[in-house]
Amino acid sequence: MQTDKALAFHASEKATGWRLFLKTIAARAYPRVIGQQREKSWIFFDIFLPMLAVSAYVFVYRAIGAPEEYVGFVVVGGAMTSFWMNVLWSMSSQLYWEKEQGNLALYIIAPNSMMAILLGMAVGGLFATALRAVAIILVGSLMFNVTYSVASFTQLLLVFLLAMTALYGMGMMSASLFLLLSREAWHISNLAQEPVYLVSGFYFPIKSFNFWLAAAASFIPLTLGLDAMRQLVFPSGALLGFLSVKVEIIVLIVLCVLFLTGARFLLDYMEKLAIREGRLTESRR
Amino acid sequence: MNRSETTRSFTMATWLGWQVESNWTDPFLFAIYVIIKPLAGAAILVVMYSIITGGDYESPLFPYIYLGNAFYIYVGAVMAGVSWAVIDDREHYKTLKYMYIAPIRIPFYWLGRGVSRFLIGTVAVIITLGAGALFLHLPLDLTRADWGLFLVSLVIGVTMLAMMGLILASITLMVAHHFFLIGEAVAGALYLFSGAIFPLEVLPAWLRPIGYAMPITYWLELMRRSLIGEVAEAFPTLAQFSNLQLIGILLGLTVVFAVLSVFTFRWCDHRARELGLIDMVSNY
Repeated sequence: MQTDKALAFHASEKATGWRLFLKTIAARAYPRVIGQQREKSWIFFDIFLPMLAVSAYVFVYRAIGAPEEYVGFVVVGGAMTSFWMNVLWSMSSQLYWEKEQGNLALYIIAPNSMMAILLGMAVGGLFATALRAVAIILVGSLMFNVTYSVASFTQLLLVFLLAMTALYGMGMMSASLFLLLSREAWHISNLAQEPVYLVSGFYFPIKSFNFWLAAAASFIPLTLGLDAMRQLVFPSGALLGFLSVKVEIIVLIVLCVLFLTGARFLLDYMEKLAIREGRLTESRR
Repeated sequence: MNRSETTRSFTMATWLGWQVESNWTDPFLFAIYVIIKPLAGAAILVVMYSIITGGDYESPLFPYIYLGNAFYIYVGAVMAGVSWAVIDDREHYKTLKYMYIAPIRIPFYWLGRGVSRFLIGTVAVIITLGAGALFLHLPLDLTRADWGLFLVSLVIGVTMLAMMGLILASITLMVAHHFFLIGEAVAGALYLFSGAIFPLEVLPAWLRPIGYAMPITYWLELMRRSLIGEVAEAFPTLAQFSNLQLIGILLGLTVVFAVLSVFTFRWCDHRARELGLIDMVSNY
């Protein structure tokens, strides 16, 4: 009798709506955070080594006699690569791995949102990602004497948050496409590294491209986010900026709405399509 | 040593690696995949260079950077190719334990798995060099190249990279599947010390000894000398060494890395068996 009462109590406590959404995020993030604590070698492979790779681009600028602000551009750009990698490897292509491990079907069966699962993956990996970004900024700035002159902290924070929201929205949208993919998912993620570093101007100002190419590249939220952040933290940033910061903020807001709404609809649609075509549990090896 | 078992491990793994790398799509898409990635990587450096110098492709620094970057593709391809096989077999296909009980030699199996990436890397290098010669005035004159030096350097260099890849694969046996690819992370880090995209003199004095200890530094210098001799002469980094001396150093360091790879494999393999890591799945 008491057991029945306890069960009834737990049933009434069942999380729904936003509580379920948040609990799902926490549940998916949990194994990542705990896994990172168990295996510390990621600090060396995921933070220290990429920091050295970014430094190489600084020395290229030094070798060709670039003005010192370009060194700062590389440091900031190099830090932001972490977030792109997180979206690519920890969200989008992760669904492919989950499919191979047999977890994807469980995610679909469970009464939760796929968006929450994806956000959980991102949040779980965010500790490593943020640490890598902060390490590159701190060590890079100290090692290469990068000086910052922040024009507006409010705008800087706003740009960063908008860029991240739009980026992770885009990540969720692209993850929905990965629901249909098999082994090609890994290769597509691999392919989306260097070309995006190039068109988004991770190591140089995007203004160097012609207007239409830069405008097309602005579809990737990090392009404008990075450009606006550089304009806000470097004295000469505004001269090398693609558009004014205010315009870039407006575009980023539009991208946030576009990608988050798109992710919501596309995830639902792709999930149904993948179920209909029997792609969720297939293993085309 | 059982010769047939060694050869069989290597050739079977080469075939398997090629299938894994290439049969996920049709040949056309695969060709695009092979072309775009290296060209984008080279284009980043070209854009950086042209912004600052205003497109001064006549300076010897440009072919120095371009050639170094082009051949560096091999570093990422071979090292990542060999080491990724461990993660791929252990955590993706979950077949590493079966490989261990099969009548094969694991180090040769891993080396074989790296061959497909080497082949793909070769195509990428050729395309990158071709694009440079066609569109960026890279002074690449194939009739003036020292092909003997080129081939000898390439063979020793790829062997050296394979040994470094084997060391990395052995270490990978002991670590979890991380967010990033270990092979590419290590190759990215070595980019800084190997004089691939800038002369070692640009590094602070306290970092240069690491560059001089890296066999990749000497290998890239030999590749530059063999294709465009005057580029290498324009930079003092290794100017005091003759080609023969450079080959000697590269060969010596390759032997050192080969010996290291044997000991690293034995130790990591033993530890992985002891700790039960051969069939570990850690992709969380």
